[in-house]
Amino acid sequence: MTEPRANAQTRTDDPALVQVRGLRTVLGGKTIFDGIDLDIPRGRITAIMGPSGTGKTTLLRHITGQLAPDAGEIRVDGINVPTLSRSALFDLRERIGFLFQNSALLTDFSVFENVAFPLRQHLKLPEEVVRNIVLTKLQAVGLRGAAELMPSELSGGMARRVALARAMIRDPMLILYDEPFVGLDPIALNQVLKLIRTLNDTLGITSVLVAHEFAAVARAADLVYLIAGGKVVARGTPDELQRDPSPWTKQFFGGEADGPVPFQYPTGDYAADLGFPPRATAGRAA
Amino acid sequence: MSAVRPRRSRIADALAQVGACGLFLFQVLAAIPKSLRHFRETLRQIWFVGAMSLVIIMTCGLFVGMVLGLQLYYVLSIFGGTAALGTVVSLSLYRELGPVVTALLFAGRAGTSITAEIGLMRATDQLSAMEMMAVDPLAYVAAPRFLAGIVAMPLLACVFNALGIFGAHLVGVSWLGLDNGTFWSNMTSSVDVWKDVVNGVWKSTAFGAVVSLIAVFQGYTTPPTSEGVAYATTRTVVFSSIVVLALDFVMTAFLM
Repeated sequence: MTEPRANAQTRTDDPALVQVRGLRTVLGGKTIFDGIDLDIPRGRITAIMGPSGTGKTTLLRHITGQLAPDAGEIRVDGINVPTLSRSALFDLRERIGFLFQNSALLTDFSVFENVAFPLRQHLKLPEEVVRNIVLTKLQAVGLRGAAELMPSELSGGMARRVALARAMIRDPMLILYDEPFVGLDPIALNQVLKLIRTLNDTLGITSVLVAHEFAAVARAADLVYLIAGGKVVARGTPDELQRDPSPWTKQFFGGEADGPVPFQYPTGDYAADLGFPPRATAGRAA
Repeated sequence: MSAVRPRRSRIADALAQVGACGLFLFQVLAAIPKSLRHFRETLRQIWFVGAMSLVIIMTCGLFVGMVLGLQLYYVLSIFGGTAALGTVVSLSLYRELGPVVTALLFAGRAGTSITAEIGLMRATDQLSAMEMMAVDPLAYVAAPRFLAGIVAMPLLACVFNALGIFGAHLVGVSWLGLDNGTFWSNMTSSVDVWKDVVNGVWKSTAFGAVVSLIAVFQGYTTPPTSEGVAYATTRTVVFSSIVVLALDFVMTAFLM
């Protein structure tokens, strides 16, 4: 692994671009994070993995200031995000790219205008320059030919690639990818993986991936955090996590129903729910 | 758990909504200077809520004027005062019917589409995406639609009034045989531009602000579900209608 490059947009020399300390979040009475600490190293690709509903997307929303935590500190490039004013938060977000799980393309705009949107809103560039930047990014995601299509004419995988082009249009210091591989065919998935890796290696962009596909994550990520039950239960390179003997990693990467992570949402006895007499040894829901 | 919520809670919810809408108004007003950077978006919205509402406003204006002409001709003929038809029709339209009916039609035509559009943007994360691109949705989405309502409503009310008077003329003069000169001269001599026409314009400007605020607020705060968007559009029409009629009484009392 090569040494991480400093992205031109970063302002501090701290080895961790994102630092989370003592993060505690309660949503709807459910504890999502119970005092987690994690560091996202600068210029690396870090994957956040964990069972569904464990708060991976919530963590990204904390990092970008979309959601305030109940307690704890989240520093991005040395800036404590929860304390920022709205305008300071917008200044920070100009240096962050975000790929939404559902792409979140602006439905009134064409593919070209969607990708050009951040440029047009923040920079006064000549139209020729905007066109060249947008076409370069669309070429990188393989959709230069789809520039004039509307979002309603795109498949889910194509929309995700357009959203990826939009997220990287301003070469941000940090890109957060929320489930970037869902809905991609093997060819597109391979290209997106290569693209994430290339952006990271050539521009020094720091990347955070929230994903479930360990095979894909193992090819792209330098560091993996496994979150479950409101805690960081494992941390390491993909190889280290595959060899990790803890029941959390064994269950998650082995895809087993039995283990510390319950497959069933907590509820009462199954037989009683179906109207049968309760079993003598009624324990956890089957 | 009972499906019927306690009465006090509903009242508290309603008051909380009013308070939230008031705070939202201040946020939108604060975002207006920034929204001027997106002036083309404001123009696009004026075209969308104004020009696209013209057909329904013109059609309804024409029929309201024709009905007014017919009804008032009948009533005035009892007292031998059909010569006052132009006066009565124009005063009714300028002072009350024009601003109020236009606002109610505007709430149904443009208000619902504003709410549904913003609600769907919320449901599909487009507003969150704008925030993540450091583009303030209050300045890019909410403020242009709010301003568009304020600009479009008085213009639409003027069109409504013009078509209404044309409809009354069609019935009173062309159909029922009232003298054309009497119709126009009585109207022009008894209508005061400042007291009648301009006051009507003030009213419709206020209604434009209220209806577009309710429409934008409902869309902006709707739960991101299809049911949430459906309820929000219904609330836009119901709340706008009630507020317009109540505000009409208050403004009439002050502007008399």
